[in-house]
Amino acid sequence: MADRELTFEIFRYNPQKPEIKPYMQTYKLKETPGMTIFVALNQIREEQDPSLMFDFVCRAAICGSCAMIINGRPKLACKTLTNTLPSKIKLFPLPVFKLIGDLSVDTGTWFRHLSLKTEAWVHTSKTFDPKAQEERMDNETALRIYEAERCIECGCCIAGCATANIRDEFLGAAGINRVARFMIDPRDERTPAEYFEVVGCEEGAFGCMGLMACDDNCPMELPLQMQLAYVRRKMAAYGLGYKATQGVKLA
Amino acid sequence: MSRYQTHITDVLVIGAGLAGERVAIEAATHGLDVTILSLVPPRRSHSTAAQGGMQASLGNCAMGEGDNPDIHFADTVKGSDWGCDQDVARLFVETAPIAVREMAVWGVPWSRVVAGKRTLPDGRVIEEKKEKEGLITARDFGGTAKWRTCYTADGTGHTLQYTMDSIVIKMGITVHDRTEAISLIHDGERCFGTVARCLRTGELRAYIAKSTVICTGGYGRLYSASTNAVINEGSGMFLALDTGVVPLGNMEAVQFHPTGMVPVWILITEGARGDGGYLLDKNLHRFMPDYEPKKKELASRDVVSRRMTEHIRKGYGVESPYGPHLWLDIRHLGAKHINTNLREIANICRNFAGIDPVKDLIPVRPTQHYSMGGVRTNIDGAAYGLKGLFAAGEAACWDLHGFNRLGGNSLAETVTAGRIIGKKVAEYTLGASLTFNPELVEDAVKKQENRIKGLINGWHGKENVYELRNLMQQNLMDYVGIFRNGKDLQKAVSNLQELYHRSHKIGLRSSGVGANPELAQALRLPGMIRLALCISYGALVRTESRGSHFREDYPKRDDVNWLKRTLAYWPEGADLPELKYEPVKITELPPGDRGYGESSAGSEGGKNG
Repeated sequence: MADRELTFEIFRYNPQKPEIKPYMQTYKLKETPGMTIFVALNQIREEQDPSLMFDFVCRAAICGSCAMIINGRPKLACKTLTNTLPSKIKLFPLPVFKLIGDLSVDTGTWFRHLSLKTEAWVHTSKTFDPKAQEERMDNETALRIYEAERCIECGCCIAGCATANIRDEFLGAAGINRVARFMIDPRDERTPAEYFEVVGCEEGAFGCMGLMACDDNCPMELPLQMQLAYVRRKMAAYGLGYKATQGVKLA
Repeated sequence: MSRYQTHITDVLVIGAGLAGERVAIEAATHGLDVTILSLVPPRRSHSTAAQGGMQASLGNCAMGEGDNPDIHFADTVKGSDWGCDQDVARLFVETAPIAVREMAVWGVPWSRVVAGKRTLPDGRVIEEKKEKEGLITARDFGGTAKWRTCYTADGTGHTLQYTMDSIVIKMGITVHDRTEAISLIHDGERCFGTVARCLRTGELRAYIAKSTVICTGGYGRLYSASTNAVINEGSGMFLALDTGVVPLGNMEAVQFHPTGMVPVWILITEGARGDGGYLLDKNLHRFMPDYEPKKKELASRDVVSRRMTEHIRKGYGVESPYGPHLWLDIRHLGAKHINTNLREIANICRNFAGIDPVKDLIPVRPTQHYSMGGVRTNIDGAAYGLKGLFAAGEAACWDLHGFNRLGGNSLAETVTAGRIIGKKVAEYTLGASLTFNPELVEDAVKKQENRIKGLINGWHGKENVYELRNLMQQNLMDYVGIFRNGKDLQKAVSNLQELYHRSHKIGLRSSGVGANPELAQALRLPGMIRLALCISYGALVRTESRGSHFREDYPKRDDVNWLKRTLAYWPEGADLPELKYEPVKITELPPGDRGYGESSAGSEGGKNG
C-alpha cells in the first residue's frame, strides 16, 4: 500500500453556473499514512482546485456533515481511511438531498423538515420549576433514549434507501428512529393515536420495503432494523385495536 | 451585484451552537422575533463534539455528596488562576443546576444514579445511595473537588444540542443556516445588525436588528493542531474587533487539551483520565505522579499539558513522523467499560488511527483546545463599546474562565450563560426601538461587495489564501504555544504582522462564483490574522505566568502588576492591537495557591530569579 498514487474521480456541478453541465473531474494525489477522505479533499482544494465544494465540520464522525457516496456506498468521508479503498476512488454527492454544489448537499433543510413533520420534541404539559428537584428516571431508560438519540442525521440511511429515493415524503430510517426515540421517552405524553398520525402510514413505518440498506450503511451502527420493527409493532397493535395493558404509554 | 435581500428582526443571533440557541429560545420566550444565522445546520455545531459533560453542583452521586455552588465557585476561581470576574462566576455556579434540570425537562437523557456498590479503577469502593437513585448523576473531571460533571453516556454535547434544537424547532424560531456574517453594521455607538453572505448561493444579505448577539464559538483553527471543528475560526470575535470600538478580552489565554490524538488532533475526552486512564512515556512509565503526586493525571488541564510538554522536552517522548508524543493507556479499564462508557473514544481510535484502545496505547499530545478570551462583555453579556451588541459562550469573555477553564465548565457556560444573557438581551430589546440609517446599511453592504470584487479580480495582488493561513497557524503553534518566551513571541508578532500585510493582497485562483469556498476563506483570513496578533502581542506584553499563559522567562504569577484583564482594540488602519487593561473583579476569594502542586502562586514580580 505504501507510496500509492490515488486517482480521485469527483462529481462536479455548480448550480450557480448551470451552463456547465455536470461532469466527472480527475485529481491525482500521493497517499500518506493515516490519510482519510477529509485529508485528501482538503489537500486537493488547497493545492489543486480551490473551487471544489464539500462539507466538513467536526472531522470526527460526530456532526454528520460529510456523508457522500464513496465508491458506490454512502459513508462519512471523515472516517473513511484511504488505505481501506482501492487506488481509484469515485466520489458523488448524496442523492435525495438538494445539491448545493459538487459534493455538498443540503441535509440541514431536509432534517429540519423531518423534525417539524414528526414533531420531534418532548410533548409535555409540565412546566419547568427552577426550584424543584429533577424528576427521577431509571438509568436504563436514559440509556435506551440515548441509544436512539445517537443518530447524527448524516443522511447515509436516506441516501441508500430505495423508498426514500422514489418517494419524496418518506421519513426513512432516521425519521422512524427519531420517532422511536420519543416513544421510548416517558416524558413525552403523546398517545398511540397521536404517534399513529405521524408514522402509521406509507410515508412512515409502513412505507419501508424491508431492504435494510439503512442498517448496513449507518455510520453510527444504530440498530435501525430493530427500531423499525419496534415502531411497526406498536403501530400495528394500535391499528388493529389492541389495548395497551396499562396506561397509554407505548414503551 | 448591488441587489441584496434585507431581513429585519428583533434579535439577531450569530451562531447556532448551544449558547446561540439558548439565547434565541430565551428571547423568543419573551415574545420577540428572533433570527439565527449559522455557518452550518445547528445540529452540526461544534457544541455537539463536547463529549465529557457539564458541571453543576447537584451533589447527587456518592462522590459528589455535599457539593454546592460554593465549592464549584472555588474550583472555578482557582482554575482561572484568579483571572475571572468573581461576580460572574458566582452567578454562573448558582444558575448551572437550574440549567441542567431545565434541559432534563426539555428532553436530555442525563445519565442517572444507580444505587449500589461499585469499585473504582483505583480500587476504592463507593456506594450510591438508594434515596438518590434516578437523580442526575455526575462523573469526575480534572480540577474539581467533587464529582460534578453531569453527562449523557459519551455524547453530552450531542444530546444537549439536539434537545436545544428541538425546542428551537418547536418554537418556530427562524434559522438561516449556511449563512455567514461578514461584518457588523454600526455607527461607532450602536450595532444595527450584520452583512452576511449566503453559503448556498454566494449572495449578500443585510440583517437589521434591535440587538445582535455573537455566539460563534472559539478560534481553535488559528492553530495548526487544534481539537476544534474546522468552522471554529473566531469569526464573531474579529467582526467585533473590526468595529474598532469593541475590545477582545484576554486573547492570550489559550487552553491546550492534554490529549489530542496524533496526528488528526481529535480530542480524547477528559473522561478517559477521569475514569482512570494513565499517561505513559516512551519507557511506559506512568510519569504524572512524579510531578503531581496528589492529583496525578487529574490536575487542571494547563498543568497536565505543561507537565506533558516538560516530560517530552526531557527526552521521554515517543518519536513519530508527526513529532514526539506520549501514550494514553486505558487498557486496564477493560473491554466492557471502554466499549460502553468510553465508546466514543474507542470509535475515534478505531476509525481515525486504526488502533484498538482495549489492547493498544493511544498516541496523544497537548493540542489547542479552547479560547478563554473573546468579545469582552459585562455580566449581562453586553459587549463593551457598542450598544445593542451582546456575546455569549466561547466567543465571549464574560469572564468566567479567566486564564484557564475547568473541564465541564464550557458546556455549562453555553446553556447557563445563554439562559442568563438571553434574558438580558430580551429586556434590552423590549426597551429598544428599531432605528437605522438606510445609507449606513447600504455603505456596509457596498464595502463588502468591493472586498469581494477585489478578491475575485485580484485587484490588490495574487497572494494565496491557503499558504498565508498555513503560515499563520504554524507561527501560533511554534511560538505562541504551551511554553512561551519573549524572544519567540516577538518573532511571532513580527511574522504575523508581515502576514497581515500580505493578507490584504490575496487574489483568488478560482472564479469566486456561488458558494465558493476559497472566497469564504479569503474574506475571513485578515480577521483571523488580527486575532492571531491579539493573542501573540497580548502574550508578549504580559510578563508573568497565569493559568494557561506560561512564560518561561517569567514563570511566576505576578498579582502586583498583572492581576488584570487585557483588552485588545484594533484601531482603523493599525497593524497591531492597542492594549488596555482593567482590574478583575474579586468579590469573595482573594488570590492564593491553586492547590495543583505547581509553583504558580503569588510573588512580587514574576521575573525568573
